[in-house]
Amino acid sequence: MTVKEMADALNLRIFAAGEGMKNKVEGGYTSDLLSDVMGYADAGYVWITLQTHKNIMAIASLKELSAVILVKGFEPDEDTLALAQEEQIPLLGTTEQAFEISGRLYRLLHP
Amino acid sequence: MNLSFQIQGGDFTSAGTASSQVRRTLKELGVDASVIKRVVVALYEAEVNVVAHAYRGTISAEISPDKVFMKLVDEGPGITDIEKAMTPGFSTASQEVREMGFGAGMGLPNICRNADVFNIHSVPGKGTTVEITIQFK
Repeated sequence: MTVKEMADALNLRIFAAGEGMKNKVEGGYTSDLLSDVMGYADAGYVWITLQTHKNIMAIASLKELSAVILVKGFEPDEDTLALAQEEQIPLLGTTEQAFEISGRLYRLLHP
Repeated sequence: MNLSFQIQGGDFTSAGTASSQVRRTLKELGVDASVIKRVVVALYEAEVNVVAHAYRGTISAEISPDKVFMKLVDEGPGITDIEKAMTPGFSTASQEVREMGFGAGMGLPNICRNADVFNIHSVPGKGTTVEITIQFK
């Protein structure tokens, strides 16, 4: 499944799209601790978090994550958005909380 | 090949710059992807430690045909009890840093897990030096 197909299926808001919308979704990781994601998420994963600062995109880029989803209606900081666009990594959003969107993504990936 | 970088304490917007540059260079050199992943995790964590705890620091990365040797030297408060600092979950990070999702006490354990050789020495009141070696196999 591509990031675009996931975004459509989960009705996600799109803050930054670009080339990365074609990325393949290999799995998901839900965490607000940056070192947890740094240490344990893998390439191609979608990262679900409430953090909105620029460092999330730095981590997404370094870890080659497929996309980042911000929960609970949070919006990205301006420099976060700029870096997402520069790195062509999709930055998405939902009004749902982490538990709900993680559950829906899990079901989508493991029907 | 040698790369070097300066880090300013507290400058979180630039955190990851060195890791990103080293990653790009190793990719260009055709280093195995699984090795690059370990370098990125270890160097990013070490870089963030300097930003979160020290006043300033320097990073050097020495890339040879069989390994990368990275050295981070900072001027900062240093670490009084390194054994305690290595304990997963232990952190002295400020509340502000923790709210950003850093300071979970996973940094040094992450470095340790990904490095082939990891040395840390610190002089309280002066600063800390971290050395990380990762073999290309």
